[in-house]
Amino acid sequence: MRAPSGPEVAVGEVLLSVENVSLSFGGVKAVSDVSFDIRKGEIRAIIGPNGAGKTSMLNIINGFYHPQQGRITFKGQTRSEMKPHEAAYGGIARTFQNVALFRGMTVLDNIMAGRSLKMSAGFVWQLLRFGPAMREEVEHRLRAEEIIDFLKIQEIRRVPVGRLPYGLQKRVELGRALAMEPDLLLLDEPMAGMNIEEKEDMSRFILDVNDHYGTTIALIEHDMGVVMDLSDRVVVLDHGVKIADSTPGDVRKDQAVIDAYLGVAH
Amino acid sequence: MHLLYQIFIDPFVQMGSAPDLLAQTLWEGLVAGVLYSLIALGFVLIFKASGVFNFAQGIMVVFAALTLVGLYAHGVPAFLALGLTIAVMLALAITIERFVLRPLVNQAEIILFMATFGLTYILIGAGELIFGGDPKVMISDQLLLPNGAYRIQMLGGFVQMQKIDIAAAIIASLMVVGLGVFFQKTRIGRALRAVADSHRAALSVGISLEYIWVVVWFAAGVVALATGIMWGARSNVSFALEIISLKALPVLILGGFTSIPGAIIGGIIIGIGEKLGEFYWGPLFGSGIEEWFAYVIALIFLLFRPQGLFGERIIERI
Repeated sequence: MRAPSGPEVAVGEVLLSVENVSLSFGGVKAVSDVSFDIRKGEIRAIIGPNGAGKTSMLNIINGFYHPQQGRITFKGQTRSEMKPHEAAYGGIARTFQNVALFRGMTVLDNIMAGRSLKMSAGFVWQLLRFGPAMREEVEHRLRAEEIIDFLKIQEIRRVPVGRLPYGLQKRVELGRALAMEPDLLLLDEPMAGMNIEEKEDMSRFILDVNDHYGTTIALIEHDMGVVMDLSDRVVVLDHGVKIADSTPGDVRKDQAVIDAYLGVAH
Repeated sequence: MHLLYQIFIDPFVQMGSAPDLLAQTLWEGLVAGVLYSLIALGFVLIFKASGVFNFAQGIMVVFAALTLVGLYAHGVPAFLALGLTIAVMLALAITIERFVLRPLVNQAEIILFMATFGLTYILIGAGELIFGGDPKVMISDQLLLPNGAYRIQMLGGFVQMQKIDIAAAIIASLMVVGLGVFFQKTRIGRALRAVADSHRAALSVGISLEYIWVVVWFAAGVVALATGIMWGARSNVSFALEIISLKALPVLILGGFTSIPGAIIGGIIIGIGEKLGEFYWGPLFGSGIEEWFAYVIALIFLLFRPQGLFGERIIERI
C-alpha cells in the first residue's frame, strides 16, 4: 500500500501547487476557488481570520478532505483525491491545531509510530522480534533518538504523552511528524495556547527544521509577529477566498488584509 | 436471623470444613473464567481499535467452531480444516471491513453497534444454512486435545481436573501472552494502539484504518476460533453457545472495555464468583443462580468503579 514517493524536486521549484480548489460542506463554502503554490525549501504561512478556511486547506492537502473542484499537484503528480495514509507515504506530514497524539503511548512510542511507514519487516518477524524486524527496530530507534535529542525531550521519552503539559505535547507532535522525514510539513497553529517562552522555543525549532533538514513547511498561525519572523511567503484567506499572496512585508501593508482582520463591512 | 446465618456464616463454615470441595469449585471457576476471558478478549480487541462494541463476537465463536467441524465432516483432515477455518476468519474480517465498517465510517457508535446486530443474524442464518442447526461434536481427539481427567489427592480429599480444561487454560494463557507481545512490541501492534488512541493522528502518520480493522477483526476471529474449540470440547458445538457472549458483558464491566489484563482478570473473577455462588449460595435460592450471579457481581463493581478494574480513568478537564 505504498504510494510512489515521486521524483525529487529541486530547491526553489514548486513542490506543491493548489489550483482552483473549492470545498463546501452542504451549503457552507469552506474554500472557494483558491490557488497557490509552495516551493521547495521555503516556509509558507497561511493566515486569515477565524473561519477563513485555513485548516480546511491543510485537510485538503493531506487528504482528510476531498475538494469538489480543483487540482492538487505534489512533486509533479496531479490528483484530485488522495487518502491520508497515501499522502503520508507520499511525504506529507502534519500536526493538528488541538494536538492529536496517541495519549496512552510514551513519547518514544509516539515518535516510533511516526516511523511506522518507513518500516517494512514481515509480520512473522515482528512477532518473533528477530532477524530483519530486530535490525529494523534498532535502526529506526536510532533515528527516533536523534529527533528526541534535536527537540530536547530526552528526559520525558518514557512518559505517556497524556501526562505532559500542553507545550511539550505540541513539541512531541512536531517530533512525530519529523520522524516521517517528510518532504512537506504542515503545521496547524503550532504555537496556539503557548506562552512567550514556549513560542520562542517552537519558532527556533521550526527554523532549525527548515535549516538542518531542508524541510518545506506550510504553517497556519495567528500570531502575526511569529508569521512575519518565520515565513518566506504568506497566503491570506478570508471566508474561503484568497485575498492576498505575497511576502510578509507586503501582506502587512495590503488594504484587503487589514480590512479582513479589522472587520470592515463588505 | 437464620437467613442471615445462612448467607453470611454457613457457606464459609462449609468452605472451611471441606477444603477439597472448595479447591474443586475454585478450579472449575478458574476454567470457566479463562473461557469467559477469551470471549471478552475478542470484544476488547475490536473495541480498542474501532470503538465498536461487537455484538457478533458470540456468534463468531459458533461460526468458527461450526466451520471447523463442518469442514472435517466433509472429509478435510483435521489440521488442514483448522488452517482453512483460520483462512475463513480472515475472509470474514476482510468482508466485514469492506461491507460493514467502511460504508459506516464516521457514523455514531450506536449505528455501528446496530450493524453488528445485523451481522449476528446474518452469521446465524449463514451458519444454519450451510451447516444445519443440529448440535455437533467438536473434533477434539483429531486435534490431539487430551481427554480424561487427573484425580489429585489434596486437602484430605480428591480434586478432579479434566485434561481438556488444563489444555484450555494453557492455550488461553499462551494466546493472551502472544497478543500482549504483539500489541506492545511490534510495529503493527503500535499502529493498533495508535488507532485506538486517535484516528486522525493515526491517519496523519500513514496508518491505514482499513488495514488495521482487518487485522483486529481477524485477531478477534482467531480468538473466537480458540474459544469455540475449547468450549465445544467441553459440551458440544451448537447455536446455544452464542449465549455465552452475554457472559462477556459482566466481564467487560468488571475489567474495563479497553484493557486486555482487565478482560483476563475480570473473566477469572466472574468465573470463580459464579461457581462459588452456585455451589455455596445456590441452594438458598433454589439453584440456577449461575444464570444471573455474574451480573450481580458486575453491578456491585459498577457501584464502586464505573470505569472497571483496569479501564482508563475518566478524567474530565473543566
